[in-house]
Amino acid sequence: MARVPVMLTVNGREEAEFVEPGTLLVEVLRDKLELTGTRIGCSQGTCGACTVLVDGELILSCLMPAERANGKAVITIEGVASDGELDPIQRAFAEGFAAQCGFCTSGMLVAAKALLDANPDPSRDEVIDAISGNICRCTGYEPIINAILAAAVDRRAAKSA
Amino acid sequence: MALDIVKVGSVREAVALLATGSGTHFLAGGTILVRVANTGGFPVRKMILSDGLGLDAIDAGGDTVELGAAVTMAEVTAEPKLAYLKPVADSIGGPAVRNMATVGGNLFARYPYGDFAVALLALGAEVVTETAEGESTGDLEVFLSTRRSAGVVVRALRFKAPAEGAFRFAKVTRKHPHGASVLSIAAVLPERDGKIAGAHVAYGAMAETPIRATAVEAALEGRTLDADAIDAACKVATDGCAPEDDPQASAWYRQAVLPVHLRRLLSGEGRS
Repeated sequence: MARVPVMLTVNGREEAEFVEPGTLLVEVLRDKLELTGTRIGCSQGTCGACTVLVDGELILSCLMPAERANGKAVITIEGVASDGELDPIQRAFAEGFAAQCGFCTSGMLVAAKALLDANPDPSRDEVIDAISGNICRCTGYEPIINAILAAAVDRRAAKSA
Repeated sequence: MALDIVKVGSVREAVALLATGSGTHFLAGGTILVRVANTGGFPVRKMILSDGLGLDAIDAGGDTVELGAAVTMAEVTAEPKLAYLKPVADSIGGPAVRNMATVGGNLFARYPYGDFAVALLALGAEVVTETAEGESTGDLEVFLSTRRSAGVVVRALRFKAPAEGAFRFAKVTRKHPHGASVLSIAAVLPERDGKIAGAHVAYGAMAETPIRATAVEAALEGRTLDADAIDAACKVATDGCAPEDDPQASAWYRQAVLPVHLRRLLSGEGRS
């Protein structure tokens, strides 16, 4: 089958690749662009490890053919930090021991970014809903929820400073 | 996954392509079809993108509501005129799934999923489809009983907006806040002169596809929604049900707890 062109803006950088038809967005990110922070977990849309932002919307990159993302802007975990500075969400995860094996962490962080970008002052229930599509099998969810709430405080403080 | 992704210019073109092979499918959000392509289940060789076909419109301004088949759960949740459907759409997956999963796709969700279809069934929705013979409108209950997808594109779902407070929904899960259904119940209970007139009650995960609870509807019809009427409805709650065993619950458990949750729904406990 002839390969097809896919053009994406990934973490602010324009990318163009030829891929096999039906290649998944997560496969382009990992195998072509070497952005391996986005994980392949269940390939069923259940675990959330492949979560990225496409045109600002949280999506599961294991369920999106790359051709559907053609021409769109993608943010992966590698694009959450800016100018070499960790986002407050990343700092809060590190400081709050919100990661153990780390497999789910990329998806959790991207889901948390989507939440805090849209809702800078979420309730605990809103945080729980925001990560309800992301499965962690190590830490339990409490440190993750607490880290996202702490990051919300930090982000608001940084904005008002 | 090597398969053909096809972008078409019209629904008619998609219908024509669907007729060309058994491995050709219409791709809405991807939460069902791409999952199957990734993990197996049925052959997927070609996917026709629903993008750009005008299937993502919401018309909720009048007495009749029309939801394009490609409207996502997140778009339903964000529409204030569809506030009664927000608990239904919010119950389906996490935010990423809700950004992808569509109203039309939900009609094809396999057991025990498909809770939005349960709500649509209770709302008495009609399904607007297009085939080689052209566009037609049919009863959703009939559509769900066959879920024919070969040569068919679902264009929209259409239903009469319920009176304020007439729509009720409950979903029972083992994982919170979201998970696959142990069971779900949706009901539209319109009243005339203080009595139920035209009750529609539907169940999810109580049969292979979402079903109407016709015995419950009959038990409520023409009665005041009081303790006696609720007792009568709960006595026939499981009539017509044929649930399955799955990791969420056994068929026996589903049958056992359905009357409990129906009673709660009808008596207004935990209403959102």
